[in-house]
Amino acid sequence: MTPETLKALTEARAAKRPIVVATKLPSGEQLLLPDASAPAELAAAATRALDRDESGTQVIGNETWFLHAYNPPLRLIIVGAVHIAQALVPMAAHLGLAVVVVDPRRSFATEERFPNVTVSSEWPDDAMDELKPDVRTAIVTLTHDPKLDDPALDRALKSPAFYIGALGSRRTHARRVARLKELGHTDEAIARIKGPVGLDLGAITAPEIAVSILAEFVAARRNGALAPKPAEKQAA
Amino acid sequence: MTATPDSDDILSTAAAWVAQGEQVAIATVTETWGSSPRPAGSQLAVTKSGRMAGSVSGGCIEGAVAEIAMKTIETGTPQLMDFGITDERAWEVGLACGGKLKVFVEKLS
Repeated sequence: MTPETLKALTEARAAKRPIVVATKLPSGEQLLLPDASAPAELAAAATRALDRDESGTQVIGNETWFLHAYNPPLRLIIVGAVHIAQALVPMAAHLGLAVVVVDPRRSFATEERFPNVTVSSEWPDDAMDELKPDVRTAIVTLTHDPKLDDPALDRALKSPAFYIGALGSRRTHARRVARLKELGHTDEAIARIKGPVGLDLGAITAPEIAVSILAEFVAARRNGALAPKPAEKQAA
Repeated sequence: MTATPDSDDILSTAAAWVAQGEQVAIATVTETWGSSPRPAGSQLAVTKSGRMAGSVSGGCIEGAVAEIAMKTIETGTPQLMDFGITDERAWEVGLACGGKLKVFVEKLS
């Protein structure tokens, strides 16, 4: 890899721009995509690699190319700068997630409790409007307070976020579902919310609950056997 | 908490090594068959001085790949290597999982 390619790649990733390194095999000739001057078939293959978030080798024409897809990190928006969030943030960072903590209560969202984390003190719906959750965003509400959780979940359901979880017991969640229905959300839409959040590990402590949440997140992301299916959730 | 944008970010580590004046090669899994432990795109960075970061197989062939990387650092010529149980070299280095994979090794100049 030439210094120019490495520099351009590093810059794109720092700017959180999706980018593909295309390497011709076995010669090692490289180009970065998207690039307007790239052959159409190669450009289309690069777009697919980013969409699927999957790197791989492809034969294009009579050439073999390895397409290495670099998407920006997945985002995790945590609503509630609570004790569980303090355990969840460092674990999520280890998974490579870009974490944002949202909590308008300044006594919770302090630098001391959340060093070096992006913290938004906006009201959750305003914060969501600013953060614009996309298909590579996960949202977890942890406050237990409908005043804070509900506006966040309302915005989450209006977004294409791939994982939405809400802390709270089954009873709490049933009441939450009723409130979200009053806001005009359908059962089908509300079934996107994993509630109670996390795989049922019998977790008790904050770090254990963080593990159960991230385990469910990974299952959802990788479509693993333990990924909750919306239909099952509705029946439950 | 120090921000780790991507815990699998071998390329950034490699780039930092280059900036420190190290000579670095990067090995990337380009294709897998069967039960290979690491998917295409997994990387191992190796310096001439012997530093290593990342993995291409979860341990089975890292030693062999590091040797190839040393050669690539010297010659500057990229290499596309096959590893698998049908390959005698791979048998020697023991890809016990029974998978097959291709690894591309290039110098980071």
